[in-house]
Amino acid sequence: MRNFNLNLVGLYTLVRRECMRFMRIWTQTLLPSMISMALYFLIFGNLMGNRIGTMDGFHYIEYIAPGLIMMSIITNSYANVVSSFFFAKFQRNIEEMIVSPLSIYTLLWGLLLGGLARGITVGLLVTLVSLFFTRLTITHMDITILVVLLTSLLFSLGGLINAIFAKSFDDINIVPTFVLTPLTYLGGVFYSLDLLPKFWQWVTHLNPIFYMVNAFRYGMLGQSDLDIHTALGVILGFIVVLYLICIWLLKKGTGIKT
Amino acid sequence: MTKPLKLAVDRMKALDIKNLQKTYQGGVVALKGIDLSVEEGDFFALLGPNGAGKTTTIGIITSLVNKTSGSVSVFGHDLEVESEIAKTFIGVVPQEFNFNIFERVIDIIINQAGYYGIPRKRAADNAERYLTQLGLWDKRNQQAIELSGGMKRRLMIARSLVHEPKMLILDEPTAGVDIELRRSMWKFLKDINHQGVTIILTTHYLEEAESLCRGIAIIDKGSIIAHTTVKQLLARLNSESFIFDLKHPLTKAPHLVGVNTLLLDELSLEISFPKSVNLNHIFEELSKQNIEVNSMRNKTNRLEELFIRLVNHA
Repeated sequence: MRNFNLNLVGLYTLVRRECMRFMRIWTQTLLPSMISMALYFLIFGNLMGNRIGTMDGFHYIEYIAPGLIMMSIITNSYANVVSSFFFAKFQRNIEEMIVSPLSIYTLLWGLLLGGLARGITVGLLVTLVSLFFTRLTITHMDITILVVLLTSLLFSLGGLINAIFAKSFDDINIVPTFVLTPLTYLGGVFYSLDLLPKFWQWVTHLNPIFYMVNAFRYGMLGQSDLDIHTALGVILGFIVVLYLICIWLLKKGTGIKT
Repeated sequence: MTKPLKLAVDRMKALDIKNLQKTYQGGVVALKGIDLSVEEGDFFALLGPNGAGKTTTIGIITSLVNKTSGSVSVFGHDLEVESEIAKTFIGVVPQEFNFNIFERVIDIIINQAGYYGIPRKRAADNAERYLTQLGLWDKRNQQAIELSGGMKRRLMIARSLVHEPKMLILDEPTAGVDIELRRSMWKFLKDINHQGVTIILTTHYLEEAESLCRGIAIIDKGSIIAHTTVKQLLARLNSESFIFDLKHPLTKAPHLVGVNTLLLDELSLEISFPKSVNLNHIFEELSKQNIEVNSMRNKTNRLEELFIRLVNHA
């Protein structure tokens, strides 16, 4: 019981600290996504979208809105954990946690919930921004919420793995720039899978972000390029794998202990 | 009545290290199987030259370094088997600053308490107490980056105590700290020790070990080469050296019965003699030769001399 209380207080402390961190530097953490999404909505949605017409029966701006919201959630969840954990390693204040009796599960969930908190906060802010440009409908509220939580969790895990291995500031930018951004753009945020040749349709199925964008689009618009159960299954599968990797790395002390 | 009773009770070991070995990746052997024990309530010094294995030892005790083999137990709880309870007994002040410089002083302290499961209200009370004692309460709302070097060090001491550990480990706490602060830190640590906290410190300042500590271990090249009390260690010194500042210059070292002399410069004479010889004898010998002395001083810190001798032998 003592064990449980200790870790509960510890978890609360960690999550609170994570949230205070991204709130303290809100101009770096919350504002940029709002501005870039406003530009996406304005240029791709309003100005160009009117010429593009409809995609799968929706106005283009309506079609891309779920994808853009999902993009913000992905990048912010990832960025929160990768920078928080890497800075803690860099400044060595990670040692504050390692010397303490906190279990590694508490440490892990503290970081993940911090990533979730920022992902969801930015997701909500971006959704508010989108309301200036279009009307949003949510067809399946439960699926929408579930997909947001799972996606945010998955990319928080990804951010942590990146941070564990990162040795320099470059290392925390490489993955977002060279992996995350291309996968997001090619994950069907801006187009329907039907527009691609057969081969590239097949390749797209290897991209995990494709499943998240489509699951989220299904939740909001009720329309998707693939079966929702498949999409949720794939996301869950990735979460389980990355979660186990994180636990293994933290237990071993990779990147934090010598 | 209390004294015999206290003696009768076998004092618990605050720290008990058995056959601790550490080989780093790449093959560097940092610890070659050391045994070390520190009694509850002790003020213990771990001395050793750079690279001897002090920080590795502390790293393993505080879970920052994975050991290769051996065991560490803290107040009877094995660090591996009962890690959680063992860790709650330990507070640590590392050699280098390891806090988030953008966090406020008060947040650093209260969050640290949180990692030990202390609820925020109690953590806030403890934080106020230790920050006040260490003269940082006025700075509580400042970011850590704004503090001076000495304040940062005191911040780390406050942070290490906020969960009220039974054993405090300090890795070179006074390195690079001015004399005034060093003295006030000594006083603070003595007070904490009087309140029952076991203290282990590593230091380069042998004067620090001599004036603060009871127990002492000397580590060199990954092995413990002495593990005793400061008093017993100093008793091993069987000779003393003094430097006499002379009133009139000499051209060569005089011959004095029963002692060794060495002329450092024309006005400084070094005299070494066994403990069996007393100072009166030396002054008599000097007077016989009409050598007048203005002042005299100890050649080196006694412990330092012993330390160098031990390390060189090993």
